[in-house]
Amino acid sequence: MPLLAIAALAAGTYAFRLAGPVFRHRIRVPDRLQRLLSVATAVLLTALVATAALTEGHGFAGWARPAGVLVGGVLAVRRAPFPVVVIAAAATTAVLRFSGIP
Amino acid sequence: MLVDMRSFWRTLDQGSLRDISLVCLADAIVGASFGAITVSGGLHPSVPVAMSVFVFAGGAQFAAAGVVLAGGSPAAAVVAGLVLNARLLPYGFTVADAVGGRWWTRLLGAQLITDETVAFTLRQHERQRRRVTFWTCGIALFLCWNAAVVLGVLAGAVMRNTGDFGLDAAFPTVLLALVLPSLADRGTRNAALAGAVIAVAATPFLPAGLPVLLALAGLVLAGRPAAATVAGPDPALEVR
Repeated sequence: MPLLAIAALAAGTYAFRLAGPVFRHRIRVPDRLQRLLSVATAVLLTALVATAALTEGHGFAGWARPAGVLVGGVLAVRRAPFPVVVIAAAATTAVLRFSGIP
Repeated sequence: MLVDMRSFWRTLDQGSLRDISLVCLADAIVGASFGAITVSGGLHPSVPVAMSVFVFAGGAQFAAAGVVLAGGSPAAAVVAGLVLNARLLPYGFTVADAVGGRWWTRLLGAQLITDETVAFTLRQHERQRRRVTFWTCGIALFLCWNAAVVLGVLAGAVMRNTGDFGLDAAFPTVLLALVLPSLADRGTRNAALAGAVIAVAATPFLPAGLPVLLALAGLVLAGRPAAATVAGPDPALEVR
């Protein structure tokens, strides 16, 4: 990842952050925009979860990885502590791979 | 500092301090995995470290690095990260009073605006408490996050084959745990599921990075805003 890309992402992110403290007396963020931004965040994160769990390059990632993510997801829904969720997911994938499932 | 230190600590109750430490610990684990995954994936150690200091937003860091590691273009990575971080815009307005009015508190405080600091600040209603909570949580998270990323980078440099440890499953799982609470809302869930289907279906045909952006088409299914509009990122905390 080139330095320029990191700088662009950092600068844009900082601008989003600074707008509120600087302009709070002059501008109000409309509720509709707030709602749109929060839904867009969820859409993007979910798409990332799906593609990162299921695909590798342009193809299927194999069963071990999505199985691990599924185990982590179920634990997260059941409100297991965060470290448990992540370790269980990685361990499931590792054990499946060790047993020969790609 | 901002205020006299003794009144500073008195202002923050034990419960808040404990909660902030727990969130710091959870974020440290996320940060360490970020450092380890990115470096073992082939990125130069300076990339995760620089991103953590200057971008300081876990979701966007994972997203941008994920796009690049999957072979996507840096431009797609920046766009994905910026779309994710656009939510920080309304956050900034929500906590502006807690950030403070002086120019240097605004410049420094702005960088500390994250899901976590905003969620903690929103819990407080009295002005002084909001300020102390924002700054305590923000500084603690900034330090923990960056220290953890460096440790993760060191660990990732040692690990040769992260696939054997299932670390590739850790990245989507971290994101899933972060996003799950917001999927409780029906409109959000519909949009997110539609977007996920679009992204996976497009992956064989489009350059890496683009399918995730295409998922935003799912937004048309978001529906009308619920009666109680989401004011803050509180959900993220429940998972952790």
